[in-house]
Amino acid sequence: MKADHTATARGARGTSGSKQARSARRRPAAAKRQPHAAREATDHRRELLRQMLLIRRFEDRCVELYSAAKIRGFVHLYIGEEAVAVGVNQALTEADAVVATYREHGHALARGVPADSIMSEMYGRSTGCSGGRGGSMHLFDAARRFYGGNAIVGGGIPLACGLALADRMRGENRVTCCFFGDGAFAEGEFHEVANLAVLWRLPLLLVCENNLYAMGTALSREHAQTDLALRAASYGMPAWPVDGMDVLAVEAAARRAAVAVRAGGGPCFLEARTYRYRAHSMYDPDRYRDKAEIERWKSRDPIDALADAVRAEGEPAGFVDEIAQKVDAEIDAAVQSAEQAPLEPVEGLLRYVTSPAETS
Amino acid sequence: MTAQTTGTKPRRITYREAMREALREALRSDERVFLMGEDVGRYGGCFGVSLGLLEEFGPERIRDTPLSESGFVGAGIGAALGGMRPIVEIMTVNFSLLALDQILNNAATLLHMSGGQLAVPLVIRMTTGAGRQVAAQHSHSLEGWYAHIPGIRVLAPATVADARSVLAPALADPDPVLIFEHGGLYNASDDPDPSAGPVDIERAAIRRSGTDATVVTFGGCLPKALAAADQLAGHGVSAEVIDLRSLRPLDDATIMSSVARTHHAVVVDEAWRTGSLAAEISARITEQAFYELDAPVERVCSAEVPIPYAHQLEEAALPQAADIVAAVRKAVG
Repeated sequence: MKADHTATARGARGTSGSKQARSARRRPAAAKRQPHAAREATDHRRELLRQMLLIRRFEDRCVELYSAAKIRGFVHLYIGEEAVAVGVNQALTEADAVVATYREHGHALARGVPADSIMSEMYGRSTGCSGGRGGSMHLFDAARRFYGGNAIVGGGIPLACGLALADRMRGENRVTCCFFGDGAFAEGEFHEVANLAVLWRLPLLLVCENNLYAMGTALSREHAQTDLALRAASYGMPAWPVDGMDVLAVEAAARRAAVAVRAGGGPCFLEARTYRYRAHSMYDPDRYRDKAEIERWKSRDPIDALADAVRAEGEPAGFVDEIAQKVDAEIDAAVQSAEQAPLEPVEGLLRYVTSPAETS
Repeated sequence: MTAQTTGTKPRRITYREAMREALREALRSDERVFLMGEDVGRYGGCFGVSLGLLEEFGPERIRDTPLSESGFVGAGIGAALGGMRPIVEIMTVNFSLLALDQILNNAATLLHMSGGQLAVPLVIRMTTGAGRQVAAQHSHSLEGWYAHIPGIRVLAPATVADARSVLAPALADPDPVLIFEHGGLYNASDDPDPSAGPVDIERAAIRRSGTDATVVTFGGCLPKALAAADQLAGHGVSAEVIDLRSLRPLDDATIMSSVARTHHAVVVDEAWRTGSLAAEISARITEQAFYELDAPVERVCSAEVPIPYAHQLEEAALPQAADIVAAVRKAVG
């Protein structure tokens, strides 16, 4: 079966309205002669590239470490989908909240959860962001309002609905951003929350990462109507698709959605049409899709595309390698830190089942 | 009645009214508290518990929901994480199965999975139990399933006084608390002591003292156990009746100290016998008080059948006072 996002062109068109995207193509080549605003734009793109490279190379390292049996359990890689987490996060502030899935290394890194605390978590160390209780699928960082790391498909969506409800009841002008996949769109919990969030006008940004597969089942085999944005719109919320392989398009769409959500009109839905290059998890033999399909998507790689665009703005040819070196140093340090950190002690096995009794 | 006597004279109120008063008190004393569930507002609660609260507190805090158990229970969890103190009402325990994912996979596990970062101060109330001829999808007693789960507290108020008293400590708990209200108790009435202090939700209560046998029960079976104890007294058997009040954690100390005095134990549980809370309590007595026992632990549970509609069939399926009398007499020989 050929798996493509038939409406991707529509998504791409939808984002071409972004001023940033248009100005990028008109910018003169020489970086040194760029006016201030253009320099800022280039710097921003370099930063987006850095974040995507950090996710990609962090996960490449996860593969190595998994093969070396340093990390275990289920590990779901985000490689290919980096533009979604990075692009969406540009529209969020520190006060906003993020609820993610079990494929959430990228969301955590984009949110600013330190690479070393994520790596340490996968190593089962005391310094892990979930104290070794969560592993790859359950990364949490309350201080950054990063609420996991949910491995029940669709299970994080009601949670995000409640965070948004609390903000609405408390009069907080914050956005709760919930990432989930095309598989979760088939779950009742998505539809219950879509209805609730519109009914109660909750400040919720629903980001469906449509990577065309619910584990091994292709979109057209799991959904009668595969235009997910169209279906989401039927609940009465603004909903539109975006090219999830174009970080600038994702950023523009997310900013537009976040503005609408912050204005108090209720939730918005983005369908980011994307693709995962790797198998569903490290256990998956990937028998259900065609290699040519994967190669076709790799030819639209979000990192390569942005690197080309930034290079065209006048950045030196080797600038990507320079960023990659810095990113690798950060990852090396994260691995080293995880290797050296103490194991979470077995004596604390029963900690965190219930809150400690208050001492008065 | 004059104003002077109002404050001191005990008032006779129902279990339903006691729960409503507790809700009203909680809503008045903490603006983070809100009640959410199906028909809690305009309808007044499917069992009338929240009648009148919408008028006093408004639709933001007495929040009617669509029939989306998983969605609104999950929203309660999220709202708790977001700084609120939600009370979520689920019509019956049978319907709670639609929200079991959220209760188990999120409410009970988030604190642990996040390494202690995310506590979920959520209260979920639901009706449980049979006896009203509403058949096999509205009558079951599944609180024992919930008592299986680490990370949540499970309460089963069996008296009017407890219905009035357990909500405040449940809301003060930083972790999720499930409150099971037996449908057969809503019309029970009593005149609880208005000066009684807060109830200790960690501890079971001895509802009747006795010397010959310990009857351990909770929720809707308490009135039956007390009736059985009355009848047993007529046979010269002095039964002690323990109301567990908390199904998780279990108050082992109260149970074992009673068994150490009576040397006989009967566990009464409206759930099915197989894999029941009664099985757990029986096992604990065997583990912790085996040498105190003069006879095997007896259990009185529901017949292993989906609860039927017809009155005579339903009554036959449920533990009755006569069954408890028979079990105690068998235990004491």
